[in-house]
Amino acid sequence: MLRYLAGKGFRSVLTVFAVLLITFVAARISGNPFQFLYDDGLTQEEQAALDQEFGLDRPWPAQFVSYLGQIARGNFGRSIAQRRPVVHLYAEAIGPTLRLAALSFLATVAIGLPLGLTAALARHSALGVAAMGVAFVGYAVPHFLLAIILILIFSFYLNWLPSIGSETWWHFIMPTITLSAGLIAAIARYLRGEMLGVLSQDFVRTARAKGLPESMVIGKHAVRNALIPVITVLGLKFNGLVSGSLIVETVFSFQGVGQIFIGSVQLRDYPVLQFGVIAFALTVVVVNFLVDALYAVVDPRVRRSG
Amino acid sequence: MASLFEASAAATPARRRRPLPAYVIILMVIGAVLVLNALLAPWLAPFDPDTTRLLRRLRPPSWLGGPSESWFGTDQLGRDLLSRCIYGLRTSLGIALVGTLIGCAVGTTIGLISGYLGRAVDTVLMMLVDIQIALPYLLLVLVGIAVLGTDLSVLILLISLHSWENYARLVRGQVLAVRALPYIEASEALGASTIRILFRHVLPNIASPLLVMLTLNFPAILLLESSLSFLGIGVQPPTASLGRMVGEGRHQMLAAWWLVVAPAALILMVTLTAQLLGDWLRDRLDVKTEK
Repeated sequence: MLRYLAGKGFRSVLTVFAVLLITFVAARISGNPFQFLYDDGLTQEEQAALDQEFGLDRPWPAQFVSYLGQIARGNFGRSIAQRRPVVHLYAEAIGPTLRLAALSFLATVAIGLPLGLTAALARHSALGVAAMGVAFVGYAVPHFLLAIILILIFSFYLNWLPSIGSETWWHFIMPTITLSAGLIAAIARYLRGEMLGVLSQDFVRTARAKGLPESMVIGKHAVRNALIPVITVLGLKFNGLVSGSLIVETVFSFQGVGQIFIGSVQLRDYPVLQFGVIAFALTVVVVNFLVDALYAVVDPRVRRSG
Repeated sequence: MASLFEASAAATPARRRRPLPAYVIILMVIGAVLVLNALLAPWLAPFDPDTTRLLRRLRPPSWLGGPSESWFGTDQLGRDLLSRCIYGLRTSLGIALVGTLIGCAVGTTIGLISGYLGRAVDTVLMMLVDIQIALPYLLLVLVGIAVLGTDLSVLILLISLHSWENYARLVRGQVLAVRALPYIEASEALGASTIRILFRHVLPNIASPLLVMLTLNFPAILLLESSLSFLGIGVQPPTASLGRMVGEGRHQMLAAWWLVVAPAALILMVTLTAQLLGDWLRDRLDVKTEK
């Protein structure tokens, strides 16, 4: 068990390192920040002075090594465009983003699981078909379209909800719906499929045959087994969730982490960009690691084959 | 895996006799109409999609009192919205199709090699998959465009990079399951080359899950292109793309809702059709996905 997790852990660290290296090089190939900051042009001396100030005049390998040393001490550098510590920039914007993520996750679990269960248990009735229909539409509608449809209806025609900003809880209603709709649908669809698979298995028949009440059969035997793969799907959807939240932030003019990240790519603000990538890769890796660990805990077969 | 094969083998004769459900036929007709529209755009579109007529800006659709020759109305530059929708459909379907096929080809090849050769090759290739998953995709696109330019071929390349890792993982898993079967061992013993075994024996055996993934991936890729174009980093003006039209139209949403509604409805039509067909195909071929 420990060896299995240690192996996974080592691979995760290697992955984050590779992602950082790729970003580091790609960002420098794509352009120098000062060309974008001062678009009316710089003299060679000015450019050289600025490069020296931020250590960009040294060869890339040297820059990379000293950057690694820096982040090992917990120093992520200063933003080139704003000349403030990178960490401050992100810290100011993390609030709305985290709140949106938490709300969306809650909505996904609170709506997606019951929806999927309903669709599986009532699959021959109108209720089940309706549940699947809802899930299907949520699955096929892209974030940006859903956002625009919501704004059209609730902001422009009904005038109930604010369409931009992130100041009050009211502002979070439409972004949360937008971000979680696809996830709710994915979870519901997947849980339904798993439940149908589990319900047709021998141990469920045995449970019924030995006279367990149906609520026990479903709740104790079927749902538990069907939930295991659903955990994996939640983990896999994480990357999509992040790109979805970038679009949601853009459409609803949220001042979140995504806006800072996109801005840093456009300006080639290397330190900000690199921090964003490290944070993203770490989150993905940690989420996947937790999913793997959870999986190994729940399902003993994984431990042996891993 | 073995049970999957037995089940599908047993079900084959009954399946042949089963006629296509009515909704599948309707979906196929809708799909065919959409594809034909895209293919025949130059002949079907009533106007040139990029010709601006500033005196006729933001006119409503003809059935809402707009000019009689513009069924869907005109946009902020006076371009005919119906013509732009038809051309936008052409752009979006084309990019999504090519992007999906390239992604599938790359992912499948990597999955085949990784699963069949195993050992160090497998470790390295699966490491690549891990990196792809841990790299923010939007960053890849933004940097790719910054380095390579906003050309359409660059966009297609970047879009095809989106889901290769899904194919690679799927194919690798399937190869691992198939390669333990006796007939692979038999052809190895007969001296068949690795390439021959992979493409003649392994690939046909994993065709159905691959086909299902391809079908279900297509709408996802189309949505990706639309989302990128919506954000302004996909298809560049003046070329019409459905996502870009929604993105540009949303600033005029209050005054001219048809600018958003027409391309949005088309996007929904395409993705819902492809998604429903993919779901049907999956159930019919009895394949499990999303693993």
